[in-house]
Amino acid sequence: MRIKAHVAMVMNLDKCIGCHTCSITCKNTWTNRPGAEYMWWNNVETKPGVGYPREWENQEKYKGGWELKNGELELRSGSRARRLAHIFHNPDLPTLDDYYEPWTYDYEMLTTSPERKRQPVARPKSIFTGSYMNPEWGPNWEDDLAGAPETGPRDPLLKGLEERVQMAFEQVFMFHLPRICEHCLNPPCVSSCPSGAMYKRDEDGIVLVDQEACRGWRFCVSSCPYKKVYFNWHTGKAEKCTLCFPRLEAGLPTICSETCVGRIRYLGLLLYDADAVKRAASAVREQDLYAAQLGVFLDPHDPEVIAQARREGIPDDWIAAAQRSPVYKLIVAWKVALPLHPEYRTLPMVWYIPPLSPLVHAVEGDEAVEGADVFLAIDLMRIPIAYLANLLAAGDVGVVRGVLKKLAVLRAAMRARTLGKEPDGDLLRETGLDEATVNDMYRLLAIAKYHDRFVLPTAHREQVADLFGEQGTCGLSFAGTPGGCGL
Amino acid sequence: MRGWDQFLWVIYPYVVLTVFVGGHLYRIHIHPYSWTSRSSELLEKRWLRWGSPLFHWGILAVFLGHVAGLLVPKSVHEAFGLSDTVYHFLAVTAGGVAGLAAAIGAILLLVRRVGVPRVRRTSRTGDFVAIALVCLVILSGLWATLWNGLGHADFDYRETIGPWLRGVLTFQPDATRMAAVPLPFKVHVLAALGLFAVWPFTRLVHVFSLPLAYLWRSYVLYRRRQSRAVVKP
Ligand code: HEM
Ligand code: SF4
Ligand code: SF4
Repeated sequence: MRIKAHVAMVMNLDKCIGCHTCSITCKNTWTNRPGAEYMWWNNVETKPGVGYPREWENQEKYKGGWELKNGELELRSGSRARRLAHIFHNPDLPTLDDYYEPWTYDYEMLTTSPERKRQPVARPKSIFTGSYMNPEWGPNWEDDLAGAPETGPRDPLLKGLEERVQMAFEQVFMFHLPRICEHCLNPPCVSSCPSGAMYKRDEDGIVLVDQEACRGWRFCVSSCPYKKVYFNWHTGKAEKCTLCFPRLEAGLPTICSETCVGRIRYLGLLLYDADAVKRAASAVREQDLYAAQLGVFLDPHDPEVIAQARREGIPDDWIAAAQRSPVYKLIVAWKVALPLHPEYRTLPMVWYIPPLSPLVHAVEGDEAVEGADVFLAIDLMRIPIAYLANLLAAGDVGVVRGVLKKLAVLRAAMRARTLGKEPDGDLLRETGLDEATVNDMYRLLAIAKYHDRFVLPTAHREQVADLFGEQGTCGLSFAGTPGGCGL
Repeated sequence: MRGWDQFLWVIYPYVVLTVFVGGHLYRIHIHPYSWTSRSSELLEKRWLRWGSPLFHWGILAVFLGHVAGLLVPKSVHEAFGLSDTVYHFLAVTAGGVAGLAAAIGAILLLVRRVGVPRVRRTSRTGDFVAIALVCLVILSGLWATLWNGLGHADFDYRETIGPWLRGVLTFQPDATRMAAVPLPFKVHVLAALGLFAVWPFTRLVHVFSLPLAYLWRSYVLYRRRQSRAVVKP
């Protein structure tokens, strides 16, 4: 057993209102630079839809993630040698058109226009060529199912469901899916980087690109099955979500979490066994990967785990934070959060609570449906549940159904309590919940106080650095920055 | 004439060599952040799909050919029983094919760099200079090979250019060895020296980053926090 700590995120999809505040604050913090215009380290897509970049989930096309070859874990893009042989032209790399051509507006037209009969307009202009263009695709082109009848059928998650889905999505269901880098336990981006420029931080598992070591071989971009590494055309280097590590180190949540309007995001620590990662990622059946990943996480209350963690130098305040971790509750204790596309074998660390509301709404219409009926409804909503299972459980419908039932029972119990009635004991038992857990879940999911959502210990820089001596040796105006500060 | 020869074949090469070595050291130590292949595949990949592999596989074969033909002395070839006619035949055919592939690829890349608006607008001066000079060097090299292959088989660069180059590299330069070399070869050598002079200041530095160690590396990498970054070439 080799214990490491990992910062993980959970997003409660039920509460995402699709406002894109997270994307905007992320962009303003990290990617409002030349070469990064098209990058959205955090993006919010509407599902069903093809997403950003287009069809990122289609691994036949991009060859992202891992697969089992003769029982051995191997990148879908092939062996190390195969990648080197394709270094001059990476056949699996998306192009800018799969994302979108970034544009700006001719704002000057608005301020310098003489008085005219018609309003002046700011026409869109390509960032690259400076010529006028007609935007034909963008980072959230399909917002709220816009154009879904056209692009929707190309959503890879609908494979095998087509006959049952009528393409009139508006009548079926939709939800928003905010996405950032998964900071995977078994990251294909790191594994595909020939220069060894990408790495996981030992202390907290954050996956970063060493900007000085990156040589622009661009395999990380195609190998990440979530398409969350981006190539900066200006610097010729790969860039990705940093999980706002400068904020995390100071005990603050990521900027997307901090500013999330729906308060859907949770951040906290998980302890995991680094020696168990490879075996978990090699589970034979794709449907077993969810359980296998749960098996990698360790119980922070277990005295043996605590003792071993201490021996390996994990600070006490980190262990305490792991014990109070909201993500531990959501992922391990209550099992209401699920990994995004476990079948990629990446063991992702940003998990999602599947959305119950679109289903309930589809059944309820305008009338309220009570607990047991919601249960029945969940069983009837086969298409949305199969869709969610393709997204969060490698197609295992049972897992998704179990989570949704738990959430439905939680709602029913709280509704009963508010109305002064007794909660349905049978339903509680069936989903393995009790009064105390219902209380806790309600507090964390519905009340969602800032300090309950984010439990982040500060980094222990003093252990590795002579902070006093480093004063004044590094800053934005120094040679080689950004990146020259030994972050 | 002697003064010119001395300049072209002794002074100029050493200036280039100094700039080449010093430039690389300067770049990796002072501007490690700028060391990259500057891939433009994100912007355009249809032309690149043909241009880049043709050029790179071609140029790598050409490079091996240059090592075998110029750095390895003729006496070694003879010790291996390689006769003049066989060597000449191999050099002209294999070298010609590899050179042709590299030339076609390089021209495709040049056309792409200038002709595709997205690529052109995102290029730096160094990107144009690099691919243009590369084209010049390859085309002059092909010209020399063709000249050599078509009726001038009596010229053997292993007795002139080879020893001159080894002399320069071992600090025993001798300009007289280049005096009688035919024009196509002279142009090729001078163009190549020009390419080496700008090399460290363009994306061509990526050639020294060939990541062969990747073949033996473990897949997942962890790094512990350190007080200062350790810069690797
Ligand atoms: C050592 C092995 C080499 C590797 C792994 C390598 C790799 C690469 C890569 C990945 C690119 C970017 C392609 C893209 O736009 O996506 C590139 C471009 C380029 N390489 Fe190499 N290269 C190697 C050797 C060479 C050599 C020996 C030369 C000869 C001078 C060379 C000259 C160039 C040039 C001129 C470009 C830019 C082409 C353009 O204008 O788009 N490379 N190389
Ligand atoms: S999600 Fe993040 S850690 Fe995982 S492969 Fe993609 S870039 Fe790497
Ligand atoms: S800010 Fe929060 S609610 Fe708004 S889109 Fe992002 S994740 Fe959803």
